[in-house]
Amino acid sequence: MATVKLDSLKKSFGKTEVIHGVDIDIKDGEFIVIVGPSGCGKSTLLRMVAGLETVTSGTVQIDGAVVNDREPMDRDIAMVFQNYALYPHMSVFDNMAYGLKIAGTPKAEIAERVDTAAKLLQLESYLKRRPRELSGGQRQRVAMGRAIVRKPSVFLFDEPLSNLDAKLRVQMRLEIKQLQRRLGVTSLYVTHDQVEAMTLADRMIVMNAGVADQIGAPLEVYANPATEFVAGFIGSPPTNFVNADLAGIGNPDAVKLGVRPEHLNVMPSGSGRLAAKVMYTEALGAETLTHLELADGTMVTARQSATEAGAAEGTEVGLDWQDGDEMLFDRNGKRC
Amino acid sequence: MEKRVTFKGLWLPLLLVLPQIVITAVFFFYPAGQAIWQSLFIPDPFGLSMKYVGLGNFEYLLGNPYYRASFVTTAVFSILVTVVSMGIALYLAVLADRLIKGSGVYRTLLIWPYAVAPAVAGVLWLFMFNTRVGVVSWYLGLLGYDWNHVLNGEEAMGLVVVASAWGRISYNFLFFLAGLQAIPKSVIEAAAIDGARFWTRFRTIVFPLLSPTTFFLLVVNIVYAFFETFGVIHTITSGGPQQSTTILVYKVYADGFVGQDLGSSAAQSVILLVIVGLLTIVQFKFIERRVHY
Repeated sequence: MATVKLDSLKKSFGKTEVIHGVDIDIKDGEFIVIVGPSGCGKSTLLRMVAGLETVTSGTVQIDGAVVNDREPMDRDIAMVFQNYALYPHMSVFDNMAYGLKIAGTPKAEIAERVDTAAKLLQLESYLKRRPRELSGGQRQRVAMGRAIVRKPSVFLFDEPLSNLDAKLRVQMRLEIKQLQRRLGVTSLYVTHDQVEAMTLADRMIVMNAGVADQIGAPLEVYANPATEFVAGFIGSPPTNFVNADLAGIGNPDAVKLGVRPEHLNVMPSGSGRLAAKVMYTEALGAETLTHLELADGTMVTARQSATEAGAAEGTEVGLDWQDGDEMLFDRNGKRC
Repeated sequence: MEKRVTFKGLWLPLLLVLPQIVITAVFFFYPAGQAIWQSLFIPDPFGLSMKYVGLGNFEYLLGNPYYRASFVTTAVFSILVTVVSMGIALYLAVLADRLIKGSGVYRTLLIWPYAVAPAVAGVLWLFMFNTRVGVVSWYLGLLGYDWNHVLNGEEAMGLVVVASAWGRISYNFLFFLAGLQAIPKSVIEAAAIDGARFWTRFRTIVFPLLSPTTFFLLVVNIVYAFFETFGVIHTITSGGPQQSTTILVYKVYADGFVGQDLGSSAAQSVILLVIVGLLTIVQFKFIERRVHY
């Protein structure tokens, strides 16, 4: 159990700065998800906390102590890697016991702790197997087991679910959440999948090109994105962006208007604030996505409940939204 | 469906493998057959007639203390060459693997000695250790050590081991480096987070994962020490002093071409043939099984 604090943390590879200063105070037991597109520096950020990358400037604090110059093993952390990084020549038991053996834990205690973890992860019957004899989901569990037997103060997850198929990913996502709740260990979790971020996080850090664009609770970020990037990245389908002049926005700073798909109302032609043409519709069962083209060629998407009568493809319609759902962005992509 | 390209006819495939078959037949099967045939005879001193002696040559050899001593010499020599060349190569490969800047230059320089022919390598080391004009023996003399591998059997063995191992380090280095780089980085990082420091990581993770490479090199280096070090020994010691560096393959030459005992020489070749056959079986049988991932 510990707090983690990053203070204007920066990283450069050679002359290229890839992380431009990230600050966050992580409370004890909090589940933080770092989310962003590939190449935004999210894995590098996590690896700096782990001690696998050096810190260029700023500080990493774990439980109040600056750990910049500490080796990974001296930071009291455990990490789950994207490719699991299991030791291929060791059994599942030995994989989980490795860290404890090195720490000189008594044999009886090692056996007990590994057994407890195995039970928790439903791995009891696989303890004697080698990693290559396990399925992807089981390997994932072993990697988790290896992390929890050591009872670290901080868990670090580096895209742990991205090598699993879609169904297993949803299941493991829930298991990770349950596990973290039960153990109450402070966790940092890196992913490029915004659904994973939304469902797992107590708070999330949305990274964009080496900058933490927004830090906040998932629903707060969703409802109130700080930048155009966050509005576009979080949410599926993404936020619709409309030219502010076309939408008739009075604010002179506003360049773009953002409206979530579920906030767009499709109305009869001639009514509403914008005219649009229905290009095609996707009926997903519970909801229907209607893709529309505006007068200037911009494509927008409206999400409607399946019970609403949808407009036929090819028809002219009007679009409307409530003032409270408007998100205005200035020239730099910031809210205004 | 057969996925590979297959040839329907008989003549084209035959034609394509013919060069390989011809080379193997002329330079391997024919001489090997000759050796087996000759090992059953004793020729007269002028090579005019041959007397059939059955397995007499083998019986004589196995009872001969010089031949048995050569077995021991070969064992000592090949173990030393293998351990020295593999040990140094592994050490250098581990260093090169950690290197970030200038690794290209470092690797290239390390690989060069492999291009030096064994006989040339032998002469090179002979110059350095020459008892009268050698640089190293001169410095050893300054330190009060009287280096003389011409008279001292142990020093002679040391010198041929060093000269044989030297060129081999490059070859082993290449394989070890490739083996080290094939180990996923995240596995090493996971071990580091698990609390293993460099030496522990090496002992418990890196070395076990390297074992397929190590085992392969072990066999290949023993075969090298057995058969390909002739040039080094011939140029440096010619098997001396007092046969202290006469390994089996050198004795084949010495007995056959210097001693003119062709029957015995042929019998020794046959024994070597059996040894290399066994080593090959070991290599093929066990290497595939020891691969971890």
